[in-house]
Amino acid sequence: MNKSSNKFRHLVWPLVSLALLLLFNAIFTDNFFKVEIKKVDSVQESVRDQIPEIPDELTGTAAEASAKAEAEIQAPAEQPAAKQAPVEQAPAKEGKGVSIFGYYLYGTPIDILNQGAKVMVLAIGMTLVIATGGIDISVGAVMAIAGAIAALLISMLDAGNFPGASMGPAVYWIIPVIAALILATVAGVWNGMLVAGFGIQPMVATLVLMVAGRGVAQLITDGQIITFTNPGLVFLCNGHALFLPFSVWIVVAMYVIFGLLTRKTAFGLFIESVGNNERASRYAGIEARRIKWLAYVICGFCAGVAGLLAASNIKCADSNNAGLNLELDAILATVIGGTSMAGGRFFLSGSLVGAILIQTLTTTMYMKNVSPAIVAVPKAMVVIIVCLLQSPVFRAKVLSIFASKAAKGGVQ
Amino acid sequence: MKQFKFPMRYVPISATILVFFIVYLIGIICFDNFGSPKVFMNLFLNYAYLGIAVIGTALVILTGGIDLSVGSVIAFTSILIAKMINTGCNALVAIALALVIGILFGMLQGWLIHNFSLPPFLVTLAGMFFIRGCGFIVSEESLSIQNDPVFSFIQDNLTITLAKGLHLRFIVMLYIAVLIIAVIFSQRTRAGRSIYAIGDNELAATLMGIPVGRTKIMTYTIAGFCSALAGVVYAIYLKAGNPLNCVGLEMDAIAAVVIGGTLLTGGVGYVFGSLFGVLVLGLIQTLIQFNGHINSWWTRIIVGLLVLAFIFMQNLITKISKSKSKSH
Repeated sequence: MNKSSNKFRHLVWPLVSLALLLLFNAIFTDNFFKVEIKKVDSVQESVRDQIPEIPDELTGTAAEASAKAEAEIQAPAEQPAAKQAPVEQAPAKEGKGVSIFGYYLYGTPIDILNQGAKVMVLAIGMTLVIATGGIDISVGAVMAIAGAIAALLISMLDAGNFPGASMGPAVYWIIPVIAALILATVAGVWNGMLVAGFGIQPMVATLVLMVAGRGVAQLITDGQIITFTNPGLVFLCNGHALFLPFSVWIVVAMYVIFGLLTRKTAFGLFIESVGNNERASRYAGIEARRIKWLAYVICGFCAGVAGLLAASNIKCADSNNAGLNLELDAILATVIGGTSMAGGRFFLSGSLVGAILIQTLTTTMYMKNVSPAIVAVPKAMVVIIVCLLQSPVFRAKVLSIFASKAAKGGVQ
Repeated sequence: MKQFKFPMRYVPISATILVFFIVYLIGIICFDNFGSPKVFMNLFLNYAYLGIAVIGTALVILTGGIDLSVGSVIAFTSILIAKMINTGCNALVAIALALVIGILFGMLQGWLIHNFSLPPFLVTLAGMFFIRGCGFIVSEESLSIQNDPVFSFIQDNLTITLAKGLHLRFIVMLYIAVLIIAVIFSQRTRAGRSIYAIGDNELAATLMGIPVGRTKIMTYTIAGFCSALAGVVYAIYLKAGNPLNCVGLEMDAIAAVVIGGTLLTGGVGYVFGSLFGVLVLGLIQTLIQFNGHINSWWTRIIVGLLVLAFIFMQNLITKISKSKSKSH
C-alpha cells in the first residue's frame, strides 16, 4: 500500500495477538486495566520487605521453588486487583519501593511491564544476535553469573571488606552493578570469540557457556543463595521513577540506545547484511567477523542487565534458578516479533512487543488461577500458532486452500 | 611400503573412547574401589535412562535438527505412569500408553518441522514447554509407585546376577538392546543411511530422491519414542514419577552427543559414540561423588570444557578434510 504500512507489517500479528489477549482480559478479568496512582510518603522511604523472604529450601526442589517465588512476586500486584476495597485505604503501605516523584502508577498492566522487563532487555540483545544468523542460548546462564557476582560483591561491601566500602551503601552499590555488567560483557566476548573468531556454529558455541555458566555462578556464590538489602540494588527492579517502575525506564533506555545504534548508524544494515550472506558482505568490504562479535558482546551486556534485574527483583542471587529458561523466552519474543531465525532482518520493537505478549499471557494465567507450572502449555500453543502464522509455507498452504475453493466457486 | 592411514571419520569417536579410558584411569589411580565392576555397572544403571534419551537425540542431530523436548517427555512419561498405576491401572497398559503418547508427540513435532518448515529449535522448544506443562496437569506432586506387580516382577525376575553382588538389571539390558538396534538401524538400513544423507546436505538428498520428509518425521518419531522409553526406564529406576524431573536434561543429552563425537551440524558421527558420551558424563559425576570435597558444580564446568574441546577437534577435522578434498 504505502511505505509506512510495510514498515510496520511485521508488527501486525504480534499486535493482533496482544490485542486479542487484552480483549480477553478486558472481558473476563475484573479490574485488569485498573491503574491507580499511588503516593509514597517520603522519598527516603526504604524498600519494604513485602516480598517474602526466599526460604532456604529453595535449593532443594529448585524449579518448584522458583515457580513459587515467581508467583509470590507477581502476587502483590494481583491481589489488589482481586480484592479492591482493603487496598485502597492503604496506598502508601502497599508501596513497591522508592519513587522519585512521590507518585507512581500501580496496576496489572504496569506489573506486566515490570515483570516483562527482563525478557525485553534480553530480547534486544537476542534480536541482534539472531539477525546475524546466530543464536545465543547462554543468556540465562550469563544472567545467573551477573546476579551472582553482584550479590557477592554487595555482601562483601556491606561487610566492609572490599575496596570502596567507605563510600557508603548509597553509593557503592554501583560497584557490583558495573562488575556484573563487565563480567556479562566478557561472557559475550567469549561467545563472540567462539562464533566469529573460531567459526564455531553459534548454537554449539553458546551451548558451552550455557552448560558451564551455571557452574561458574555456583562457584561464585559457593552454592549459597546470597540475599541482599542494599536499597540501590533493590531499586533497579522494585523502585519507581517518573510514575513507572524503574525497570521500564531501563528497557526504554536500552531500546533507545540500541535502536539508535542500529537504525541511525550503518551497524544495523551491516548486521542484516551479515545475516543475509556473510561471504557476500565480506566481499563487499564489511568486517563480518567484527559485526558478529559485536552482536554477541551486546547480547552478553543485555544478559548482564537482565541478570541484575532478576537478582534485584527477588533481592537475592539464586544461581540455580536465575534466568532459568529465559533464553527460550527471549528467543520466542524475538521470533514472535517478526525477526527471522534465519537471520537477515530484525525488528527491535517487534521483540519488545513479543516479550510483552509472553508476559501478558503469563500474568493472565496467574490471574485466572492457573498453576504457574501449567502456564507452559498455553504458552507453547501460542508460540506454535504465532510461528505458523509467520511461516511462509503455512501461509502459502492456507492461501492455496482458499484459492482453490474460490476457483471452484468461480467455475460453478 | 603401504602406510597405515587412520580414517579421519574415526578420529572423534576414538577420542571419545580415549577420554573415557583416561577419566576411568584417573578414577582408578585416585580412589580405591573405583575400578570395581560394581562401580562400572552402576554407571550403566544410573545413566540408562539418559543413554536411551541420547540415542534419540543423536539420531535427530544426525539429520541436522535438534530435539529440546527430551527432558520434559521423560518427566511427563514417568509421572503419567506413576499416576495411572496409583489410580489402579495395569502397569503394562500405562507403559504402553506412555510410549504411544511419546511416539505421537514426536511425530507431531516432526510433522510441524517438515510440513511448515519451522525451525526444529523452536518447535521442540514449544514442545518442551507443552509436555512439561502436561506433566503438571497429570499431577503437581511427585508420586511413588509401590507394590505394583509388574514393577516388582521387573525388579525380582528380570535381573541377571553376574557375580556375587553384581547384577545386570533389566533397564541396563534394555538400554544395551536399544543401543544395538539403533546402531544397526543407523549403519545398516536404508532409512538410517538417509538420515546421514539429509544431515550432510538436505538439498542434495532431496535431489537424489531420498524421501526427506518421511525420514525426518520418522527420526523425530523415533526420538519421541526414545524419550518416552527413557521415561519408562526412569520410572522403573526411581519407582516414582515427578513432573519436575529432568529439567535441563536435553542439554546433557546434547552434550553427550557432542562428546560422543557427533557433529552438531548433522551428517557426521556415530550413534555408538553416544554410549561413551553418556559414560563420560557419568564418570565425571561419579569421580566428583567419590571425591566428596569438590563442589558438584564442577561437573557442569568440566562437561562444558569437554564439549568445547570436542567442538574444536571437530572443527579442525572438518577443516583438514576440506583442504584435503580441495587438493585432490
